[in-house]
This record gives sequence, structure tokens and C-alpha cells, in this order.
Amino acid sequence: MMDLTPVTIDVGVLVSKTVTSLHSHLVTRPTGRAVRLAIEAQMAGSGAQSLSVIDLSDVTILDFSCADEVIAKLLQGYLGPDSPEAFFMFRGVGKSHRDQIQVVLERQELVAVAESDTGVRELLGVIEAYDARVWQLLETEGPLVREDFERVFPEPSLDDVLQRLQKRRIVFQSSISGQYHALSQLVDDTL
Amino acid sequence: MNVFSVPTELDHQAVDQVLDTAGQMGIERMLFDARHVRWIDPNGMVALLAAGAELKKQGGNPRLQLPDNSDVLGYLSRMGFFRQANGIFDLLGRVPKRVSRLSDVLLEITSITANADVHTVIDEVQKRAGHVLASRLGYPATSVVQFSVILSEVCQNIVEHAEGPGWVAVQAYNWTKRLGRYVVVISVMDIGRGFRDSLNDEHSARYGDRWGDSTALEAAFLHGLTRFPDSGRGQGIQQIRRQVQRWDGSITIRSGTARIAQVPEWDITDPVVDGLKSFPGAQISIILPAVK
Repeated sequence: MMDLTPVTIDVGVLVSKTVTSLHSHLVTRPTGRAVRLAIEAQMAGSGAQSLSVIDLSDVTILDFSCADEVIAKLLQGYLGPDSPEAFFMFRGVGKSHRDQIQVVLERQELVAVAESDTGVRELLGVIEAYDARVWQLLETEGPLVREDFERVFPEPSLDDVLQRLQKRRIVFQSSISGQYHALSQLVDDTL
Repeated sequence: MNVFSVPTELDHQAVDQVLDTAGQMGIERMLFDARHVRWIDPNGMVALLAAGAELKKQGGNPRLQLPDNSDVLGYLSRMGFFRQANGIFDLLGRVPKRVSRLSDVLLEITSITANADVHTVIDEVQKRAGHVLASRLGYPATSVVQFSVILSEVCQNIVEHAEGPGWVAVQAYNWTKRLGRYVVVISVMDIGRGFRDSLNDEHSARYGDRWGDSTALEAAFLHGLTRFPDSGRGQGIQQIRRQVQRWDGSITIRSGTARIAQVPEWDITDPVVDGLKSFPGAQISIILPAVK
């Protein structure tokens, strides 16, 4: 059993709910800030651990200012040592969003799990090639235990890598089973 | 009364004459004599508004003698120039009735004072940009997204940094003589605080004696500096530059007494110009050419 609270957030709907006027496009920093605050408010009651799916499927235009607020600042806000352990997966990430998300994540040296509009899962942002390969194994084969990783990645740095992936909130380790889970698997299981 | 004879071809290369003049005028009555204007682009129209608004802001009473040429008058009308000019200039001459919009107008002159205006701009552009970018410039259908992102970021620059009124206009032209292909011209101008004043408190010290309009433009345009300590800020102009370069376009920003540009091979604009006559705010021109 997962000890995570699942949250699904449709940004298209949230934009309409959150911003005074109805805007179908995620543009301008105040709009992005309003959406981010709404997401954070929605998550406020979700406990010490949560998994949120941010759905961008209905967002046509996403500018850099909005991407910085809705993606980068949102992630950054939950990476502190005293923050709740919040995991995010961005769904419906199309070609029209990808560049803006990549840029804002790079600027803050963040990484995020993105699912394209065709269902392909990938990491966007800044990640070491080796770390990305470890993540990919989990994404493809998971859930896995440490020994499963070790068979493919026998290098002594494996523990550091797993710890780093957890710390960056792109891998979840169950405190009950000790198994590692890709966020996409948790989404499939819990939502 | 001071009389300024508006250049007969008022495009991105001639607007400096308008801005230089307006920046140096006192608040006495000023007549912009546009009778002989035969050609005007979005930069020319928006520059006239900025020049008039600046004089008005100083307490002056700018007047605009309308062009004699009926084609130019009709074009000004279609671009929504008179709607914006009404509160700025005393208009001398007969303002034509509003006629239908030109097919290559991507965005009529739109004033920007708040973030809601940026949303209006993006909503408007969505209706027309895709067709014009594809049919005139040969850009892929998806380019309307990048185009909208550019517009959004450049308009937000007015709201977030200028703290003053501004305008945006976008039009496609056939630059037969100059380039032998179509271009889309984006003009965004404001009469706010300008780059140097916006960055002054945070960044002037590190530049010491070198600090001025041109170094402030370099700081923002080349290095992405902003007045905000937040590291997520300052990427708007950087990303605009990158996208304009991908499309082999040009971008120039004039602010205060300086202008900085990112110029493609087809453009002969100097990358940096200093020592212009002072004019407040920032004036941005982006030219996107059709694919060869």
C-alpha cells in the first residue's frame, strides 16, 4: 500500500476558477502566481506526503513567466527540508509547452517528471545522464528494490544516486515496503 | 509653436527622428505635421503615440496634422490608430470612418497598462496569427505558440518594468524592395521608467562609471539582469532573443539614449548605438522574415 495522498489538478479548469477573468491561456506572471497559489491551497490538506498530477492538456499557450510560477516555483516550494514531501507529475505536456518548461527548470536547476500528450514519460530540466538512466530503469521496470538496480548499475555511487532522485522528488521509496516507485506507477496505481 | 515634419516614410528606421524630437521638446504647443507621410508601419504609428503621450504627460498640448494621402489615412484607421490618438493629440484634419480590418493585420494598436491587456493581446492574436504566419512567412502551424509567447513576454515588460503606459501593434508586410519577402513587424513601446532606471538600484554599483542607458540595455538584453532578486526573472527577453534568432529575425530595443540590437545577416542595423537624444521608456521592434 502506498502512503501517499493523491491529488489531480487540471490546470485548464484551475485557470478559469482562479483568475478573475476567464483566460484559456497561461500567460503573465500574476496569472501563474494565482494558479500556483490555488494548487498549493488544494494541496494544503493532503498530509505530509502527496502526489499531484498537474494536467496541462487544455493549456494552449504557456509563457515563460507562467511556467516559472506554475512549474519551477511550485516545485521549488516543496524541496525545503521542512516542506511536506510533495511529488508532482506534469501531464499533457505538448510540444508547445516543452521548451518553456525546460527553460524555467534549467534556470533553477530543477527536474520534473513530464508525461507528453502521447503518454510518453520523460524527465525535463537538469539531470545527470547517469541519474536519468537509473530513473529510466525504474520508470520502465519498477517498482524495484535496491538489488534490482544493483544488477544493472553495480557502481558504488548507486546509493547516492537513489538518494538524490528521492531528494529531487522524482522517485518515491515506500517506508513500508522499501520499494522504489516511479511517479508514473504511483499515478497509475493510486489515481 | 514647434513644428515637426514627420518623415514621409515612417518605419522602424525613421522613428528615431520622432522620438529624438519629442524627447527634446518643451511643453509648448507642438505640431506633428504628417501631411506628407506616404508610408507608415507599426513602429511609426506607435512611435507617434509615444511621442505625443510623452509631451502630453509633461503638460504639453500635442497636435497632429493628419496625412493627405487617403491610403495612409485608411491604413491608420484600420490599425486603430485614431482610437488611441484621440486622447493624446488634437487631430487636425478629417478622421476617416472606421473600415474593415486589413487581412494582414495581426494586431491593431492596443494599449497596455495591465496584465489583463496582455491576455487580450494573446486572445486576439490567436484568431489571426496562425493563418498569417503560415501563409505569409511560411512558418509551421505550431509557430503561433512561440509567436504568442514572444508577444506575451514583450508586453509584460511594459507592465512589470515600465510602470507606464505602452502600446503594441503587429502587421505583416511584403518587403519587396528591402528584402524580397514578407515580414511580420512587431512594435512595442512605452514611456515608462526605461531600462536604466528599472535596473539602477540593483545593478548600477557593479558597473561604476560605466553605468548608463547602453550598459543597462546590455545587462538586460545580453545578461538577463532584472531588478528582481528572484532568479526566475529576467528570462523573458533572453527567450525572445533566442526565438527571434531561430526565425532569422531582428530585435532592437531603444531606451533612454541608447539602442541595442540582435541583427541577422540581412539587417544593417548597428548592434549598439549610444548618444541618441533622450526619450523615456523602452521602444522595442521585432522583425520576422518569411523563410527563404
